[in-house]
Amino acid sequence: MARYFTDEHEWIDLEGETATVGITDFAQGQLGDIVFVELPDVGAVVEKGKDAAVVESVKAASDVYAPLSGEVVEVNEALEDDPALVNSSPEDDGWFFKMTVSDKAELEGLMDDKAYKSFCDGL
Amino acid sequence: MRYLPLNDADRSAMLDKIGAPDVDALFVDVPEEARLSGPIDGLPMHASEMAVEKHMRRLSKKNLAAADAAFFLGAGAYRHHVPASVDHIIQRGEFLTAYTPYQPEIAQGTLQMLFEFQSQVARLYGCAVANASMYDGSTACWEAVAMASRVARGKKRKVVLSGALHPHYAEVVRTMAKFTEDEIAGAPPSLTAKPDDDGLIARIDESTSCVVVQYPDIFGRLPDLEKIAEAAHDKGALLIAVNTEPVALGAIKSPGELGADIVVGEGQSIGVGLQFGGPYLGLFAVRDPKHVRMMPGRLCGETVDAEGKRGFVLTLSTREQHIRREKATSNICTNSGLCALAFSVHMTLLGEKGLRSLATENHRLACIAAERLGKVSGAKVLNESFFNEFTLLIEGDARKIVRDLTSQDVLAGVALGRLFPGNDALGKGLLVAVTETTTEEDIETLASALEEVLA
Amino acid sequence: MSTPNASGWKPGTPVEGHNAMSGPDTATGNRALLLEEPLLFEIGSTETTGVDFEFAAKLDLAGVEQPSPPKSAPASRLGGFERTDAIGLPGLTEPETVRHYTRLSRQNYAIDLGLFPLGSCTMKHNPRLNEKVARMPGFADVHPLQPVDTVRGALEVANELAHWLIKLTGMHSVAMSPKAGAHGELCGILCIRAALEARGDARKVILVPESAHGTNPATAAFAGYEIEDIPANADGRVDLDALKGRLGPDVAGVMITNPSTLGLFERDLKAISDAVHDAGGFVYCDGANFNAIVGKVRPGDLGVDAMHINLHKTFSTPHGGGGPGSGPVVLSEALAPFMPLPYTARTEDGVVHLVEEEDAEAFAQEHFGRQLAHFGRMTAFHGQMGMFTRALAYILSHGADGLKQVAEDAVLNANYVLRSLEDVLDAPFGHSGPCMHEALFSDKGFAEGVSTLDLAKALIDEGYHPMTMYFPLVVHGAMLIEPTETESKAALDQFIMALRSVAERAKTGDESLKTAPYYAPRRRLDETLAARKPVLAWEEPNPPAGTPTLSEQGGR
Repeated sequence: MARYFTDEHEWIDLEGETATVGITDFAQGQLGDIVFVELPDVGAVVEKGKDAAVVESVKAASDVYAPLSGEVVEVNEALEDDPALVNSSPEDDGWFFKMTVSDKAELEGLMDDKAYKSFCDGL
Repeated sequence: MRYLPLNDADRSAMLDKIGAPDVDALFVDVPEEARLSGPIDGLPMHASEMAVEKHMRRLSKKNLAAADAAFFLGAGAYRHHVPASVDHIIQRGEFLTAYTPYQPEIAQGTLQMLFEFQSQVARLYGCAVANASMYDGSTACWEAVAMASRVARGKKRKVVLSGALHPHYAEVVRTMAKFTEDEIAGAPPSLTAKPDDDGLIARIDESTSCVVVQYPDIFGRLPDLEKIAEAAHDKGALLIAVNTEPVALGAIKSPGELGADIVVGEGQSIGVGLQFGGPYLGLFAVRDPKHVRMMPGRLCGETVDAEGKRGFVLTLSTREQHIRREKATSNICTNSGLCALAFSVHMTLLGEKGLRSLATENHRLACIAAERLGKVSGAKVLNESFFNEFTLLIEGDARKIVRDLTSQDVLAGVALGRLFPGNDALGKGLLVAVTETTTEEDIETLASALEEVLA
Repeated sequence: MSTPNASGWKPGTPVEGHNAMSGPDTATGNRALLLEEPLLFEIGSTETTGVDFEFAAKLDLAGVEQPSPPKSAPASRLGGFERTDAIGLPGLTEPETVRHYTRLSRQNYAIDLGLFPLGSCTMKHNPRLNEKVARMPGFADVHPLQPVDTVRGALEVANELAHWLIKLTGMHSVAMSPKAGAHGELCGILCIRAALEARGDARKVILVPESAHGTNPATAAFAGYEIEDIPANADGRVDLDALKGRLGPDVAGVMITNPSTLGLFERDLKAISDAVHDAGGFVYCDGANFNAIVGKVRPGDLGVDAMHINLHKTFSTPHGGGGPGSGPVVLSEALAPFMPLPYTARTEDGVVHLVEEEDAEAFAQEHFGRQLAHFGRMTAFHGQMGMFTRALAYILSHGADGLKQVAEDAVLNANYVLRSLEDVLDAPFGHSGPCMHEALFSDKGFAEGVSTLDLAKALIDEGYHPMTMYFPLVVHGAMLIEPTETESKAALDQFIMALRSVAERAKTGDESLKTAPYYAPRRRLDETLAARKPVLAWEEPNPPAGTPTLSEQGGR
């Protein structure tokens, strides 16, 4: 399994043809207490770089962009009752959705763990 | 000038501190050609309190106040007695001159009041959650339609309007829909004893996002909301119930109980007064708490402070324009806070017992009026059912009759011709509203006056 | 700064480590005049009412004519929809009601209590004459659908106010029906859209600066437009060249706030308008800040096509804890034909007409010699009459000389605040020259970990409502202060002293700021909890036996 990062602070775990998507620990730290996550419908077709989900803190709402193009196959329903999972376990239990990957070429240009860390250090 | 505390000594001391030679120097960024050289054309100089009051009183006297007439107007605005303590409380400076409660530590008065108001409205409407108010019933109605479109995630765009929806409300919906992608399916109003629920149901299909039904409707009749709700839900559409007379809900089942998904309406009847049409009070509630995040407008919620004491805050603000900007659920900002207070105080004075008594008295007098007016030769009551307002069909031009009767200080009702201009079939219709402020003598006055003009 | 407290009088002598607020706990949770108040639902009962009904009483007063006793109730005509289940609405008697709301009112800050420096909100004194006027029976007790001959005075009020709004703004017409500022914005943008569609030139984009009120982009989006940003220059004003570069056949218009939310006059507004008009678009001006220029500058002279006027800001109708407002929209000649119905107009014979859907065509033909193209209706009835009476009374009270003085004093007060604080607070646009009606500061220079929010909450302890904070979005930790013209110099001096004190504490990193306020009816409230687990309506508690409810705990 490979983990990729975007410069929009999303992480992607690729397993076969399926990607799991969430926001990074750095992102949740910037947002503060998460109070709500609006997830896409299962079956929704998302396009790389376009809105896929919304994550809300008390005084801010941020769009989460689809890091790749594909179809949403599963969403993390645990976030509905417990959005704080995004704070406590952003890169594990606090995942957002799973999607099919229609074009693996879109993975090019994404960062690995190390590159993302130095990207954040530069912010 | 009585509203301006600075004197010339203050002004010059302040200019010294600023380092400006005169006040014009502070307007240096205003291009010379944009500055007015003289006073506003025609506007008199400042005036005393006495002079202004005199001028305004002269204008006020050119109007026929409802209290000075036998009064039967309704159609979305009703005359009810408002207890004196309501006006006293809304004039307390701490309510009147406060801002939107964005600093909750020093706005608990407004916030707790809003929480109580939301709870009262939710219960009255039979819903889970009500917001902290909209501008008025008609704009709340449009906002409900827009919300239904959001619930359908924009995949359904057909809005089915009942033909017996208040025509101004329908016009607001039509106007706004011109600028969104909603397709409005209206129907002409028809003067039948019972509302055409089946005709409405037949117009609902898979592409329908919502059905909008007024209850009681513009002619005063009571549609079968339960049946309409079932039909709407079968097709995956929401039922929006519109109520323009909240007092009715002390006597008839709430729209929420009957299955309406969004309930909106005008709250003016309770606490607010006629005021020539505004400011009024838009009420907005949803039956299913799952829909809360799709709602427009402010919401007040309970929480605790750092010492664990209960307190209230505006919450779920990320739906709103000041945070979400172009992705907000509505552009609404200022709403009807003080009218919500008036509503809440009046509703507190009434309580359930008082509201039920008030509703019973309204209905009782309306029944007496229907019976008496139905006996006027050349007039008959259209409705099979009604609460405190019904449609009278008269042999003649109702609008002319209404105008003519004003000379006898009789405000006979709202002619349907005024509400539905150009629809000749409705020309004989007169909407008659009766509240606890109407006396049996008033009813007799109207009946005799009609007998005279119809003879 | 002059001496704000020449006498040296202080309310009480502080005792080290022990002040009036940290005395022993009380059994009630009250602290003398700071009274806790339970929810209506905890003290009321569905069997209690504070209203007596005439029909329920059997009065027998000699010589006084009495209403006839109720006839036996006729059969119900409710069609079988009788509400039989409990509604759950608690009632209180009148004394209990008055006390409940009076106690609640005392937990609010208000203009009547002190300076309310919310930038862009114009919290000025609300004259009580206006309240009295609005309650005259000829205004308060008339129905919107009465025959027009019985409401000529009400129509005259609307028309007289309309007249002065047109004169004060130098515009062609005004649409009076919008219910508040954002509703007025929508009205103006819909006029623009209708005008463009009428000439077969549908356009897609509205340009809005990032410093704009959130209502601007929300409104344009609601009207079906895409929003694009207008860049600002180093002064904080609209970058004219960048704007010109973006204009084109797809741009329907621009929305510009003038004076801007940075408290600056847009010097180039006329040039902006000319450029937008040359490109076939329209100029919407957000009039929220009209207070700074009323009687001094007419937006119509700057090429504006539409501007809403918040009667509850510039013209002093009360904010009422969040409304009602009123947002008439003044329009240029190009947009006037598209304004919504209904409207009022005075004809040459002096009669004021109410023009509604049915007579709009005939009226326009007769008096304008052509058809108008109203885009529709924005609300039932005619607008916020109760606000029109108040605003008209305000305008007549001030007159031409008074309104000009309003703008001058408002701007003078703001500049006094700006120059009295810029040595302790960072004023990011202080170099751009004088401000207009509001002074903008940032959190630059605060100690690590101290935020604008902390400073604002400390200001609460000093007895003030905080300024607008974190707005405009373009300034980090923004603090926007609008004192308005109804503050005296002494009131400003005390406010400045308080703000200097908390600013110094913010710079030195005073830890106690982070848990302010200490002396308000509530400490900081948990907004995260409120949003994560929303409790938006009262529900009867169902506590396990032996667990006291909040009210049983005395509110602690």
